Amino acid sequence: MTVKYTREHEWIRIEGDTATVGITFYAQEQLGDVVFVELPEPDTAADQGAEVAVVESVKAASDIYAPVTGTIIESNAELSDRPELVNEDPENDGWFFKMNLSDTSELEDLLDEADYQAFIQEEL
Amino acid sequence: MTDLHSLVLESFHVEQDAKFGSFAGYRMPMQYSLGVKGEHIHTRDAVGLFDVSHMGQLLIEGTGATKALEQLVPAALQEMIPGQIRYSQLTLKNGGILDDLMLTRWDDEYWGLVVNGACKYVDMHHLKKHLPAGVTMRYLDNYSLIAVQGPKARRILSKLIPEAEKLVFMRSTQTLWNGHDITLSCCGYTGEDGYEISIAKQFARELAEVLTQLRETTWVGLGARNSLRLETGLCLYGNDLTTDTTPIEADLSWSIQKRRRTDGGFLGAEIILKQIKDGSSRKRVGIKPEDGRTPLRDHTILKNIAGNVVGEITSGGFGPTHNGPVAMGYVSQNLNAIGTELLAEVRGKDLRCAVCDPIFVRHRYVRNLSH
Repeated sequence: MTVKYTREHEWIRIEGDTATVGITFYAQEQLGDVVFVELPEPDTAADQGAEVAVVESVKAASDIYAPVTGTIIESNAELSDRPELVNEDPENDGWFFKMNLSDTSELEDLLDEADYQAFIQEEL
Repeated sequence: MTDLHSLVLESFHVEQDAKFGSFAGYRMPMQYSLGVKGEHIHTRDAVGLFDVSHMGQLLIEGTGATKALEQLVPAALQEMIPGQIRYSQLTLKNGGILDDLMLTRWDDEYWGLVVNGACKYVDMHHLKKHLPAGVTMRYLDNYSLIAVQGPKARRILSKLIPEAEKLVFMRSTQTLWNGHDITLSCCGYTGEDGYEISIAKQFARELAEVLTQLRETTWVGLGARNSLRLETGLCLYGNDLTTDTTPIEADLSWSIQKRRRTDGGFLGAEIILKQIKDGSSRKRVGIKPEDGRTPLRDHTILKNIAGNVVGEITSGGFGPTHNGPVAMGYVSQNLNAIGTELLAEVRGKDLRCAVCDPIFVRHRYVRNLSH
C-alpha cells in the first residue's frame, strides 16, 4: 500500500490497481467546516485533472480533481449524511471515492508524504 | 494590492487567534479559532462579540437636519422620539439604493447614522452634497463599534452597563461605562437580541478585554456575521441591495412608514411609490433547494421550469442553525409566491428549488419587557 499526494491537496491510497481518494488534513483545515459533498457516480470515466467532485464548506465550494486517469468504482455514501467526516477524519473515514487506475505511470508524478509536507510549508 | 486600513484592535484580534481578510478596505477578522460554524452556533446559543469598527458612524446636526434627512431616506423621521432607531436606505433618483443604514434620533435636529464600511465615503459625499448650509456632518472616525449579540447578551451586558437591561430593540442611549462615554444601541445584524457599543478608540481595548473575560462570550469574524445575517433574511449591501435595486424590489417596504408612502418627498419617491402601488417587476425572495443539501452560492442563475432565466441568487450559503442551505435572490414578480418551483443552475446542472421565506431562522429581538 502506497499513499501519494497532489498539489491540489488530495491523498491517493493505492492498493493494487485501486486508488482511494480524499483530501488532506491541511486541505480540510483551510476549507473550514464542510457542509456538503457532491460525489461522482460509479462507472464514470475520468481523465487525470478532471473535476469529479465538489466539497462545500461554510465558506465556499471547491472542486475535487481526479488525481489519475481511471474509472470511478465507488463513492463514500456516508458523506451525504455526515459531510463533517471530512473534517473529523479526512484521511480515513472521510474518503471521497475509489477508482480503477488506467495508467500506473501517472503515479510517478505525484508527491510522496515528505514532498507534500515540504509543499504545504511553502504555501504557508 | 492597495493599502488596507487596520482596526484599532488589530493586535488584540491577533492575540485572539483571528484569521484576517480584506473587506471594505480594512484588514478584518474573518474567523477566530472556533471557526465559522462554531462562532455562528455560539452567537445563537450565548453571546458573540464582533468588531464592526469599519462601519461609518456619523453625526448630523443643525436647523433643518430632520427635514433634510427625510429627503434622502424613505423612513419617517419627524415622528421619532429621542433615543429611537430606524432602519432605512439612502435612495437615489432612479429609486435604487446607495446604502442601507441605521438612523438614531438624539434631539429635534440631531441624528446619529451608522452606514456600511464599504460605502461610507460615497455616503458622506452624498450627504454633504444634499444637506443644506447650517446642517453639519461629523465623521466619528475616532470611535470603535463593538457588537454584542445573542440570547445572553442582555444578561451579561446589564451587569456592566445597567441601562442595557431596560433598552428594547431599536432604542439607543448615551451613557458611561468605566467612566468613558459610550453610545449603547439595542440593535445588530444577527437576528438575535443584542447591542452595539460605540466607544472612543483609546478605550476600545479596555472594553474588548472585559467582554472577552466573560465566559458566555466568544469573538466572531465576518464569516459567521455573514451566515448569521443570511439565515435571518437580512440584506447585505453590495449583494442583495445595490444602486439598481429599489427598496420595494428588496421587499423592504415595511421600512417605509405610512406618511412617506402617501407624501413621498425623498429621492426616487416617484418610482418607489409607483412600485408600492403597482408592484415591481422583480422581488427579493428566499430560495431553498429541493434536495435540502446543496448550497446555492452568490450569482447562481435561477430559471423557471421551462428553463428561461428569471433571476439570480444574490447571497447564498450554508446556515449552521438552520442546518441546511440558505439563500436569497431576485425573481420575476409572477414567480415570487412561496412554494413556486424554480431551477438553479449549479455547476452546469439544473437543480430543483423553490421560493421560500428568506427568514430561515426566526428573529429573537426583545421588543418589550414583559417580565
